[in-house]
Parts: sequence; C-alpha cells; structure tokens
Amino acid sequence: MGERIVIAGIGHTAFGSLPGRSTVSMTVEATANALADAGVERDVVDALFVKPPTSFSETLYGAKIAEALGLKGLGISGAWDQGGAANISLVNFASYALAAGQCKVAVIGFADNPKTGSRATYARARNAEDNLFGWYSTMAYFALFARRHMLQHGTTPEQLGHVAVTIRGNGARNPAAQLQRPLTLDDYLDGRMVVDPLRRDDCALISDGGAALVLMTEKTAAEVGVERPVPILGFGQGLTSPSRPDLTRTGLAVAAASAFAMAGLRPSDIDVAQFYDCFTPTVITAIEDCGFTAKGTGGRFVEEGRIALTGDLPVNTSGGLLSETGMPGMQLIVEAVRQLRGTANLQISGARKALVTGQGGAMQTHSAMILGQ
Amino acid sequence: MTPKLPEAPDPAVEYWQNLSEGRLTFGRCRQCDHAWLPVSRECPSCLAADWRFEASTGDAVALSWVVYNHAYNDLWADRLPYVVALIELAEGPRLMSNLVGDFDPTQLRIDHPVRLVIESEGDTAVPRFVPIEQVPEDGDTT
Ligand SMILES: [Zn+2]
Repeated sequence: MGERIVIAGIGHTAFGSLPGRSTVSMTVEATANALADAGVERDVVDALFVKPPTSFSETLYGAKIAEALGLKGLGISGAWDQGGAANISLVNFASYALAAGQCKVAVIGFADNPKTGSRATYARARNAEDNLFGWYSTMAYFALFARRHMLQHGTTPEQLGHVAVTIRGNGARNPAAQLQRPLTLDDYLDGRMVVDPLRRDDCALISDGGAALVLMTEKTAAEVGVERPVPILGFGQGLTSPSRPDLTRTGLAVAAASAFAMAGLRPSDIDVAQFYDCFTPTVITAIEDCGFTAKGTGGRFVEEGRIALTGDLPVNTSGGLLSETGMPGMQLIVEAVRQLRGTANLQISGARKALVTGQGGAMQTHSAMILGQ
Repeated sequence: MTPKLPEAPDPAVEYWQNLSEGRLTFGRCRQCDHAWLPVSRECPSCLAADWRFEASTGDAVALSWVVYNHAYNDLWADRLPYVVALIELAEGPRLMSNLVGDFDPTQLRIDHPVRLVIESEGDTAVPRFVPIEQVPEDGDTT
C-alpha cells in the first residue's frame, strides 16, 4: 500500500438504551470523541466513510452525516452497504484513499438505535415467499448453519455454550458493557431454545449506540502529534455463496487470507482476536476460517479454553456483540485499538498483533483486519 | 426506432404456476446444462438467457434444518414447533422449505433423504418435503 496508515483516534457513545437519540446525533457524538482522542480538530477532516444503520435505510445517508458533522468541502463522503462487514471494509477503502494522497484525515462512523427504535428488520421475512415456509429472523440462518456444523463436524451445544460463557464473562468485567451479567454453562444449556439449535444466550444484544474511528497516514500522525497511533497491517474482504459445496466454510477464509498476506503474518502471530460474534457459531467457524485450527475443530478449540483470557487466543475481550453492545462491529475495532495501546480494561499482557473480523447479513459478507505495533 | 419485443414474463410467476399444476421446477440452462433455483432470467453459471424449466423428480436431501420454538409472525403461531430446512434436490438446486409429516426431528441424520409433497397454503401450491424413514445400516428396523 506504500504509506503506512494508522488508527489515530477511537470514540463511542454509551451502549444500551439511548431513547430519543437519532443515528445522526449518536454518530456526531462518537466522532467528536474520536477526534478528541486523536487530538485533532474537526476542520482537518476531509473524508467521511459511513456504515449505514441496520434498522432503516436512507439514500445519501453519508451526506446527511457530513452535514450534521459540519464538514465542509469534503473530498470523499458516502455510505457502504455490506452489513457488519462494512466497518473494516471502510477502513480498507479509507486506507487506500489516504495512501494515495486523496485525503489527509478520514473519519469512519456508525450508529443505530434498534433498542429504543424499530427492530422489525431483525425479524422480518426477507421476501413474500418466506411467509409460506415460516422462514423468519436472522437467528434462523445462523441456526441452520450451526446445525450443519454440528452434523458435519460433531460440534456440540456445550461448545457453543463455551463461546457464550467466555465472552459474557469478559463483558461482565467491562463497566461500559450493556450486559454485565456473567453466564455459566448450566445457565446457557437451561436457556430457552428459540430456533433450535440456538438458544437465547447464543444471540447478540440489541443495542443503541454509535462509534467512530479517525484514520491518517503514520507520517501525518507524527506531524500532528497523535499520541497513540495504531498501525493497520492488513485487511481483506470475502463473500459467501449460498450454493457453496461445503456449507460450513465461509468467505471469511478469503478475507483472512488476504489480511494475513498483506500483513506478512500467520495466525500464530496473533495475540488477541475480536471475532464478529453476532451468534456463537460464528466464533467457532471464524477460528477455523482464519486458520487458527482445522475446519471442524473449532468447537474443540473453544472447549479447551484456548479463547479464554488465559488461553493462547483470547477473544472479544470487552464482551463483543454478545455482551458489550450488539452494535455490528465497530466496538470490536475500538477494543483491538485499546489492546494494542495497552489501555484495555482486560488488557492482554504484551499484545502486539490483533485480528478483527466483520460479517454481514446471514454470513454473506466478511471482512478481516490485522492491527499491530 | 426499433419496436421493442414484449417483456418476457417474470420466471418466478411460471415457477409458482408449475407448482399449482403439481410440478416443482427449476432452471436448466441450454448452453451449459447448469440447474438452479430460484429461477432467474439469466443462468447464474454462464449468464445466458437461454434455458427451460425442468421438473424435479422430487427426490432430495435435507442439508440442514432448524426447529422454530418461537413464532416471529402470527401466521405461524399455531404451528409451533415447526421445521424449516435447506433442501438440495437430486438435480442439484437448493431451496428453503419445510419438513412435514409425522417424524421426530431429533432422529434426522446428515443429508437426510426427503421426498417432495405439494401442499396448499391458501391459494398457493407450496413445495414441502417429508423425511423418508431410515433403515439403520445393520438392517434392524426400529
Ligand atoms: Zn448456463
């Protein structure tokens, strides 16, 4: 890519119920926090990349955010429709624009309010035909995927439970998390089966909130005196076809391979990972598709405690989507930055390289990014 | 100005019409022989718009399935629990459908064989699938 790009600032709103707050307002708050964190003025921002909300869609949403942020004379502005894979993809596009000198300071922002606003989008029939089969909800897609993983690889409910217990345990120790209640494996197994084989505690939270990042070249960061820049080492994107021969393999394999190749690193180099945990089975398949373990052995990997804070691959150290906030992915990038700055709440000692993944829709879109010192 | 040919009908309309006549059909490409669902104007394999409807034999397997214990829509509230499955027809195309009939979902196996039944949902003929009872490999029938 040429010039090295850094995440210079991170910011977010409170997570949970934020009644009456529009997505525009929350994006402005998060961006102001990220700019303050980077130590730069709003007026130096010349590019804005927005991930649109999940709960509604609006044409030219990026232009609306730019106006609310008072950004005049932007070179680049717009929104990228890729579900929860979009945050990392926006880092991808912003990085190339910065490296090419097309912009100097880029903001990436997201906010949504499904908790106090409308959450109809999460339970909708995707098309009229789905009503004929009762084929509703995002959760059901992941349940279908989890069942196949269980049938094909012997993955167990207890292994899914270990994902939930581990990440909920991390969230319980995060004072900013929306859900700070730890979970035992017995609690998990006793939880209501919603769409079998997935239970209540397999699901991400529904949350209001916003988050933002400030990106610039390493050179600019040095010039303007950014205190704790975190370099972006590699990224990638991938798409999963519903007609793929092996249903348990996803496009994250392509995204992660791209990120590792760009960074010149291997899975064993990663000190901490923030996996997109919208539902517990995605963590198991992400561990496999990113190359930490062979396909089919992700369940055993988590059962052996390897994703715990004391394991060789601590994951979702601030509680992820299952516990910190159901926000689709920005919190994972924010936590990876904190880990590499050495300022995380549950700091992994000596963390130098962090992997973050993103995913959208029903596992169609994927992204991966490696940050590191 | 060249007069426009009339637009071809939406292939989905013919798909549902075929079901009402008792046939589950899919797209079969005349150029590359690819078979697919849901039907679309262009073959997703070679992009040619040169294909025909072919009727499935109705033999299929369930690649995966879920059991709804929660009704996301009132339409399905009185049918709980019900099973939605990803079906792969013997000819290759995949579709979302239901597993119906008298069976125990906990006894289903990977790639469980299923057989097409066409049911009525109001005025619509809907393709659903009945699991075929398995004879264990040791020959015992249970
Ligand atoms: Zn073709």
